[in-house]
Amino acid sequence: MDNDLILLGHGSGGKLSHQLLDDLIIPQLSGAPVAGQNDAALLDIGGTRLAFTTDSYVVDPIFFPGGNIGDLAVNGTVNDLAMMGARPLYLSVAFILEEGFSKRDLSLILASMRRAADAAGIAIVTGDTKVVPKGKGDRIFINTSGIGALEHGLRIDGAAGRVGDKVIVNGSIGDHGIAVLSAREGLEIDSGIRSDSAALNGLVGELLALGGGLHVLRDPTRGGVATTLKEIAIQSGVTIMLHEESLPVSAGVRGVCSILGLDPLYVANEGKLLALVAPERAGEALQIMQGHPNGRGAAIIGEVVESSSGRVLMETSVGGVRGVEMLAGEQLPRIC
Amino acid sequence: MNYLDQFRDKGVVKGLAQRISSLTKGRGRPLTFMEVCGTHTMAIYQYGLRSLLPPEVRLISGPGCPVCVTPNGYLDRAVALSRLPDLIITTFGDMLRVPGSSSSLMEERAKGADIRVVYSPLDAVRIAAGNPQKRVVFLGVGFETTAPTIAGSILTAKAQGIGNYLVLASHKTMPQPMAILSADPELAVDGYICPAHVSAIIGADAYRFLCREYRVPCVVTGFEPTDVMQGVEMLVRQALSGQSKVEIQYSRVVRWEGNAKAQAILAEVFTPFDADWRGIGALPGSGLRIADSYHAFDAERAIAVTVEELKEHQGCLCGEILKGKVSPFDCPLFGKSCTTESPVGACMVSSEGTCAAAYKYAI
Amino acid sequence: MCVGVPMQVISIEGDQAMTEVDGVKREASLMLLDQDVKVGDFVIIHAGFAISKLDQEDARETLALMRELFTPELLG
Repeated sequence: MDNDLILLGHGSGGKLSHQLLDDLIIPQLSGAPVAGQNDAALLDIGGTRLAFTTDSYVVDPIFFPGGNIGDLAVNGTVNDLAMMGARPLYLSVAFILEEGFSKRDLSLILASMRRAADAAGIAIVTGDTKVVPKGKGDRIFINTSGIGALEHGLRIDGAAGRVGDKVIVNGSIGDHGIAVLSAREGLEIDSGIRSDSAALNGLVGELLALGGGLHVLRDPTRGGVATTLKEIAIQSGVTIMLHEESLPVSAGVRGVCSILGLDPLYVANEGKLLALVAPERAGEALQIMQGHPNGRGAAIIGEVVESSSGRVLMETSVGGVRGVEMLAGEQLPRIC
Repeated sequence: MNYLDQFRDKGVVKGLAQRISSLTKGRGRPLTFMEVCGTHTMAIYQYGLRSLLPPEVRLISGPGCPVCVTPNGYLDRAVALSRLPDLIITTFGDMLRVPGSSSSLMEERAKGADIRVVYSPLDAVRIAAGNPQKRVVFLGVGFETTAPTIAGSILTAKAQGIGNYLVLASHKTMPQPMAILSADPELAVDGYICPAHVSAIIGADAYRFLCREYRVPCVVTGFEPTDVMQGVEMLVRQALSGQSKVEIQYSRVVRWEGNAKAQAILAEVFTPFDADWRGIGALPGSGLRIADSYHAFDAERAIAVTVEELKEHQGCLCGEILKGKVSPFDCPLFGKSCTTESPVGACMVSSEGTCAAAYKYAI
Repeated sequence: MCVGVPMQVISIEGDQAMTEVDGVKREASLMLLDQDVKVGDFVIIHAGFAISKLDQEDARETLALMRELFTPELLG
């Protein structure tokens, strides 16, 4: 087998992505990654603590039910800052446009980026635009980088999960991935599912009231809830037990997953966060979420059960127990 | 009522688990039941059903993954075809990561081959219609549930005058390997969990000969957790009372005679031949190749291509896994040099593979 | 290779049917079916084709029997 090739799976957020980072990218770019395994890097500049993050957006199709590549790019980076508990301050935006791309489409995307930034309270302060010849890109790619202020003294970190913590999600899972998949040409699925793309900094701001009871925050994007929880389990050195019956999944997402043979646990989300909260504060956390527009469907979906090398188990809807692994390659729609 | 959720009833599953436990309590030698359908392999793991069954009942997987039982040579031919100019490979998602002798379709795609995942062979016919200057080859892999859909796609292409749609067929039929496994003295299978949708096509009568010749109980079982548990309960009762007959648990879909129209379409488009099964060898009449009257749609006959020399991977125990003789956990490569990211054999990477299921879902 | 989903027929046009599960709609071919199908029926869909009807009465009977026979004993 040819090991020199970059495969689509390397960008899927799962095991292959981790391998690429650990084996090739991190060793060459920095000895010890400043971001650790978290969503943003924490920087201390003369006593001022900042969070700094970057993300690129290559979603296809660029317009999908519930959003487009533009608001996705804003919300995604705002959320990476929010997962550190940082207050989003400034955003940079870089476009790589393919020759022949429609200015009207660009205008629609820009307008939704402005709306998303205003809703999140973040200012777009700098950017760049490049154009590549036709065939050398794919209509539009967007990179956003963001800076946020860390004003709390809390340790919110993927390695901070503890035995007894409750795992809470702020709403239904799998919406974004299924919305995008349904819109893809060729699949011809009429699902009515809309992307859940949303900025979560407002919700996180309220969750900071939990103080030291808030241990981990992470957004389950590529690779889904399963992959993200497995990452947290490994970082924290614990075993997480999920309860399938508690997972909020909409009927439409369930339906599409049935037809295509997909598992909602592995489908990307763009307006969801996973919180690991000390058990005595879990009820309060749930109330805060359910009282917020971005958390109406919040639910406790599991708990941290013991120390280990990092495992995720699930009690299935019929009472059995099974393991939950990280996404391996890309999630391929299967029929069998 | 969507006829899915209702068959995932937690109480019924628990009740069935209790019944199976009380029926088999204290047995010395555990009862071993084999399923021969990748969807059953996955369903059992996904619902964690083994954790609900008593130690007196053992569920093992047989050659139920059509991708896994297809020898490397097929994949190598698909890889060779993908390297030809003006040719689009269309395939179900399963095939992408399966390792051939030296490459896989995923790697070929990374190197620039036009390889597209489709959900239905009719999508591939549409791609052919939309790309008249290119040849579109669909990788037809599957048992008797899938083979009729491929036959249907060929008939559709013919009716619409689409001349650039071809199929590289590697279909196999189910009952024959079950006979071989039953005849194997090392195996001691106490009963078969027979496939749900293969049986919807071929009919439950297809398994009668197994009961007659090998005295082994056969229960045609659905895929939902209550179905699987009920199927096991029915097998337990047969095994304990020394019976060996065919029973239909999945009666809401499967009939004794099966689907006559699908069978007729299969007979029209395909011809049985002696196919090679990984780990088992050649089985008489166990494969389906495209009939002579449809040779224009047969990628193997219509497109000349040089296929590389076949290389099986050293130490790969897929063959033994597929016969249910070795469990994934007993394979020295499992989880070490053979993982889902870098698979050595098909069993680890096909979405219905026994090793893939164990790796992903075992506790 | 057997995953098939029960979907309900909501409209039929010749050999094609529009089918639905959990609010999700997709077209399917009826060319492999040897049974008569009408709107409201449930069929098993595999790879874009209906391969069999689902007998709703049998399904309801099976369910009723399962629930009657296999209620977990309430142990003390």
